[in-house]
Parts: sequence; C-alpha cells; structure tokens
Amino acid sequence: MDQGGLEELAEIAPANPSVIAALAEPPANPLRDPRDRRIPRVAGPCVLVMFGVTGDLARKKLMPAVYDLANRGLLPPGFSLVGYARRDWEDEDFAQLTYEAVKEHARTPFRETVWQQLSEGVRFVQGDFDDDAAFDRLAQCVRQLDVERGTGGNYAFYLSIPPKFFPTVVQQLKRSGLSDPAAASGIAGTGRRPWRRVVIEKPFGHDLASARELNSTLDGVFPQNSVFRIDHYLGKETVQNILALRFANEMYEPIWNRSYVDHVQISMAEDIGIGGRAGYYDGIGAARDVVQNHLLQLLALTAMEEPVAFDADSLRTEKEKILSAVRLPADLALGTARGQYAAGWQGGLAVPGYLEEDGIPADSRTETYAALKLGVDTRRWAGVPFYLRAGKRLPRRMTEIAMMFQRAPHLPFAATDTKELGQNALVIRIQPDEGITVRFGSKVPGTAMEVRDVNMDFAYGESFTESSPEAYERLLLDVLIGDPPLFPRQQEVELGWRILDPVEDFWASHTKPEQYPAGTGGPAGADEMMARDGRTWRRL
Amino acid sequence: MTIDLTDTTTSAIHDAVTQARRRMGGPASGMVLTLIIVTNEEAQYDAVRAAATAGREHPSRILAVIPRKPRFESRLDAEIRVGETGPGETILLRLYGPLAQHADSVVAPLLVPDVPVVTWWPDEVSASPVTAALGAVAQRRVTDAAATDAPPRDMLLSLARTYQPGDTDLSWTRSTGWRSLLAATLDQPYPTLLSAAVLAEAGNPTADLIAAWLRLRLDIPVSRGDSAGPGITSISFETPDGPISLTRTDGRTAALGWPGRPDRRVALHRRDIADLIAEELRRLEPDELYGETLRELASTGDFTDGDFTEVSE
Repeated sequence: MDQGGLEELAEIAPANPSVIAALAEPPANPLRDPRDRRIPRVAGPCVLVMFGVTGDLARKKLMPAVYDLANRGLLPPGFSLVGYARRDWEDEDFAQLTYEAVKEHARTPFRETVWQQLSEGVRFVQGDFDDDAAFDRLAQCVRQLDVERGTGGNYAFYLSIPPKFFPTVVQQLKRSGLSDPAAASGIAGTGRRPWRRVVIEKPFGHDLASARELNSTLDGVFPQNSVFRIDHYLGKETVQNILALRFANEMYEPIWNRSYVDHVQISMAEDIGIGGRAGYYDGIGAARDVVQNHLLQLLALTAMEEPVAFDADSLRTEKEKILSAVRLPADLALGTARGQYAAGWQGGLAVPGYLEEDGIPADSRTETYAALKLGVDTRRWAGVPFYLRAGKRLPRRMTEIAMMFQRAPHLPFAATDTKELGQNALVIRIQPDEGITVRFGSKVPGTAMEVRDVNMDFAYGESFTESSPEAYERLLLDVLIGDPPLFPRQQEVELGWRILDPVEDFWASHTKPEQYPAGTGGPAGADEMMARDGRTWRRL
Repeated sequence: MTIDLTDTTTSAIHDAVTQARRRMGGPASGMVLTLIIVTNEEAQYDAVRAAATAGREHPSRILAVIPRKPRFESRLDAEIRVGETGPGETILLRLYGPLAQHADSVVAPLLVPDVPVVTWWPDEVSASPVTAALGAVAQRRVTDAAATDAPPRDMLLSLARTYQPGDTDLSWTRSTGWRSLLAATLDQPYPTLLSAAVLAEAGNPTADLIAAWLRLRLDIPVSRGDSAGPGITSISFETPDGPISLTRTDGRTAALGWPGRPDRRVALHRRDIADLIAEELRRLEPDELYGETLRELASTGDFTDGDFTEVSE
C-alpha cells in the first residue's frame, strides 16, 4: 500500500485554530487544477543530505541535477543541501565543489542568482561513516537548517556510497535520531508530520540472501514506501515510454504475443571497460551488474499484461507476475553464455583485456559479458524465447528491446525476390537516441521484383517541443515530492535474484568465462547459443 | 544557407526548400509544427530569432509573414534559411501590394502536412485572433497584450470578448513562474486566506491576470496595486495569523514570508520571449484556464468596481 501522502497528515497538535480547519479537510490546493498543464509540481520544504559527495556520480549527475531543478523553479524556497564526507572541509569548500560541478555539468544555463540563492543552503559535515560525533553534528546541522531556512524537518538521504557502508550509515541515521520523523520539530504550527526518505542505488545485493539482508537493514529504519531504489540506467521516462507505446496504442497489442512474435532480444552493450570500478566490479560481473536489474525490468515491461491502472502499485503487480513466470533453460550449459574481454582494439584505440586492468586479479573468473535464454510461462508467451545479453567493451553503446516477428507464413513471390528480406522487427531503442524503429520489407525501386528490409524511425528527441529531463532531475524531484517510484521494490529485487542465482551457481561451478577480443560482438559461445536455435543476435 | 527568391510563387519556394534540404544531406525530417509569425519589417528580426531559439531542439517550420508597401503591385519575395538556426527552417515571406490582404493563400501551401499550426502576433495583436486571416488556420493563436500600443488592460478585455479555445496570450505565459510559486506555497497547510493583493508596474497585464486567477480560484477579494516594478513586485495574502507574502524587488529572486517562519528565498526570473514561446509550443491543446481567467477578468469590468480596487503604494 502506498500511504506516502496520507502519512504526512499526522496528528501532532496544531498550534492554532486556523490550521485545524485546514487539516480537517484534506489539503486540496485550490490553486492546482489538473487542467493547468503549465504549473509544474514543486517539491515542498526539505533538506537533501548527500553521502558520498566526492564521488563521480555526485559531481557529474546529482549536484548538477539539483541546480537544474532550482533553475527550472522546481525546488522549494529554502531548499538546503548537506554534504557528508571524510574530507576535512568547510561549508565553503563543499560549496566550491558544488559550484564547479554545476558549472561544468549542468544541463541548463548557469545563472549567478540561482546559484547564490541555492548556495545559501549548502552545508558540509565532515566525518567517517562510523563516527557517532559526526552524525550528531549532522543532526545538529539539519535541525539548524529547519530553524534558519524553514525546511520543516523533511529530510531525504541520498546514499551515493558503496553498498557495504549501507548498514553502518543506516544505523547511524537511526542512532542519531535523523531517521525518526517524530523526533523532528516540523514546521511550527503546520501540524504536518515531517517525512524521511532514503535513496539507494543498485546493486541491491549480489544474490537473494544479501538482497534480503540489505532489505532488513533498511526495513527497521525506513518504511518500505520511503525507500527509493534507483536504477539510473532505466529512468522513469523510459518506463513510461514503453507503457505508452504498448498500452496507449491499438496497433501493437494484437501482435504482441506468441502468434506473431518469434523471439525477443534484449541487449545492453557498453563500449567502455570497467574503468575505475575494478573494486566494485570484480566478483560481481555483468549478470549481477545489469542483467538482474535492468534487463529483467525491461523483460518485465515488455512481457507483462496491461496494468489495471497507471500507478506504481498496479504496475508492480504485473511486473511481479511476469517475473515469477520466468523460466530458466533446462540445460544451463546450452542456454547461457559468458565471456571476458581480452585485449583488443575498441573504437580505434588499443585497450587492455579485463585481466590486465588495474586491480583485477589475473585469475579472475568474473564475466564482463553475459547472455541468457529465458522462457516466460504464460499463455501469451509460451514458446517465445527471450534472449538477454549484456556486455562491456562491445563495439558501441546501446540498449534496446527488439521484438523479432515471425516470417510471413506464405510469400507470393519467387524465392529470389525475397532473398534479402529478414524478419520484421519492432525495436524499442533505449539509448542512445531513445526511440522506436520498425523494420519491414519494401520493394526496391526498379523493374525487377525485389524486396529488401528498410527501417522506419521515430526518435523522442525529434518529435516533441520539449526535451526530456535528465534522468536524475526526474528522480530527485520524485524523491523530494514523494511520488511513489516506478522502481522495483523488494519483492521484484528478490524475484530477479531467484532467476539469476541458479545461473550464477552454475557458472561458479562449471565454466570459465570465454575470452572475446575487446571491440567485437561478444564471445563465440553466445553466438552458438543463438545458432542452436537457428537464430542470430542483432548486430551491435 | 540562405536563398533569396524575388517575385516568386509558393511552389517555387517549396522546391527551393526541398532542394536546399537535400543538398545539406538531410532528408525531410519530422517537423513538429508550423509557426506562423505575423509581424512587420521592424519587429521581425527579434521575433524570428526568438522563435528559432525556442525551436532549436525541435525541427519546426517558421513562416514569418511581413506585409510591405501596400500601394505596390502584388508581389511575393521569399527569404529561405535552412540549416542556420538549428534543425528547422525559416521562411520570411514579404507580401507587397494587395497580396498582403491574402496572406492565407501564400501560407496555406507552405504548412507542413499533418502537424499543428501556431500563429503568433509578436507585436500588434489582432483584436480577434480566431477571425484574423492567419488565425483561422491555427490550432493555437498566441498574442501579447503587453506589446501593443493600446493599454494592455483594454487589450486583455478585448481578447476576453473574442476568446475562442486555442487563444493564448504571452502575458498569461509570463504568469507561470509566479503561479507555480503560489501553488507551491499553498501545497502546505495554510491559515484561512482573507484577501489577496497583487502589486506590479502600472498596466502590467500579467498582474491583472494573476489577480483574476486568484479571485477565480480562491474566491476572496483581490486588489491590484501599482508599484515601481520591475514587473510584478509582490503578491500577498492577508490571514488571521499575519500576512503570507511573495516579494520580488529585483526581477530575479523572490522571498517567501510566512507568519512565524524565517523568510525563504527562491529564484524567480523574468523570462525572455524565446522562453515564453517555448512554453507556448509545449502544449498545443486549448488552455481552458486562460479562457476562464480572461472571463473572470472581464466580469470585473474596468477594475474600478467589484473586488479589484486600485491602490497606490
């Protein structure tokens, strides 16, 4: 149940009678009208506390997103940003870091006045994650902000830190009273109980057991609906785009099933290697890093039935149904493949192999490429294989869902006329250049009858008069507004691990990842897996 | 690339555009809309520039219609700009002589098929946008009461009389920032609002619209007073606990005052025309709230009676 909105109407005694009147009726804001499409939703008074402010993500994405929101007028008056890190910094140093991050990476133009007003609310607290005194200072700091800037005791905690620190930080938040809304003062006289929200980024554990452990860590401290699990590869915009394509149109649904679809390919290719993430990546690998979360999410969005409503709960119900119907191949040796990139040439540069990367043990068995054939045991999808693949150091960066259709049952042409005709395909491109491609056969101009595949393209970036907001802007705004996320809750995360854990166990005990030269399309084993079914991967 | 065509026809313009596009290597990519700008030689530069900026991310065809010497013989001159201002294309159409009275016959063949048409009068506003020659073809008709020679308030009242769904005015667009801030302010529990006051530069039509909007939505007395500006300087509510106020004296940053709480500051910019046009192009369905607000404004007559009372600072 989502009670995020209701919960905020608490029973703390209001200070004056006029507020009682306001509380008696739910606060329907008379200035808001669903027909008024110009007025955006703006976050209420709050403090954003960011852990891990010195990291890349914070500098390149989060801080610029905060500025962009402020510049677009979507942050509340008095909004404050508190950074927490080990560095021995003053508020000004942190403000300077934020300033530089914003100037360099913000999407919207830099305006001194916006920055001035934003920077007044920037604070920094220095400390380790297990430092009681530092967390007490942090608590002191945000309460001070409540008084000085009227942030109302509403705090969002963004844990942009390695998952191994989650338990420590979450416990500290509890110990220092920061996680407890009742302990805060709230806005004097409003009678509204302040909120707490926590944002964590994938990975959500590395197997079923650790995912449950992570959940129990959070569970005692933050209620389910205030935990925002974020997968920034799969923004809310993308999820909604897929839903709109499938459920707002009449053209696609009739053919969206086993009668017409031959198979589905879901791919996520990256051209980069592991870069500076050796410490995180080794021992995790491609399957845990991306297959478990976003490829399975994409599978769920593609295969699920129509949700009864366009809200987070109904959507989750459908996704959970489909994920629980996912079936692994009977023989994992034939239905999975994995690889590790070897030295090679990628995009015109000589690049090292995975085992030669800094910080990777020479005998590492971590895969940088994973491919998997899944079945979905429902009436709609029986017999339609879903092929998932994810890899690093592939020729280019791209994420897509390709619905490959069956061939026409009868072609009233000479066989030579249709030699170059492939399968019809509907490709949902997720990145780069989000859009949709329809691939179909068309006659080649000329006197000879010849049919060849052509593409029909649609790009979100070209057909609308507004540009899509950066994923992190939407995300932060959703968190600050308290919009229930379309992102997975615990149940979905666990279903994902249930699918992947047997595969990981099998890999751990049976195979070594196959080497593939960097810059090529992946290991031969993955191609063989497709070839056994008489199919091929789409070219990357 | 700029192509000048003198004494030309619409089909010659069409061919020239197609050829120019092909030469630049780009196929006829998906245009999002056609924007007709009804302007004059003096104002066209700024208007076309703003429109091109607004449409930078998204290809659209901008048709600027510029009447020239009415006593000349009928003649059509075109200036085509492709690939200069972004993915879209701009065509300046100069109409000489009696042809200026038949601008719709020039524009119709040049509309991009299947996509919406928006007509914008950046300066002189047609008193009745929907019946104006180039208003009838458009889904969305954009005027700017603040840009006319007539007193803006009279202009708004006349727009109110002829309002048709699809009409909109940039003085309403200018209110978005203030209105979102006001809406956000009332998102939290608030004391009973007794009355409201809007202070702005004399004649500021956006302030008039906001005052009408507040009265319409809140059903409380609203006064509209003059200040030195720039633009709107303050909007405040009287409550039993004291005033809730939004004050902006520098045209950039507003302060929110609330009884018993520290003042909070928030960025609230005056916006440029390109930004306003971009907002207008974002949604092409009729803006019913603008219509209702105009009607509310008109129902209070000339602001001297009803709840709109003139006050001076």
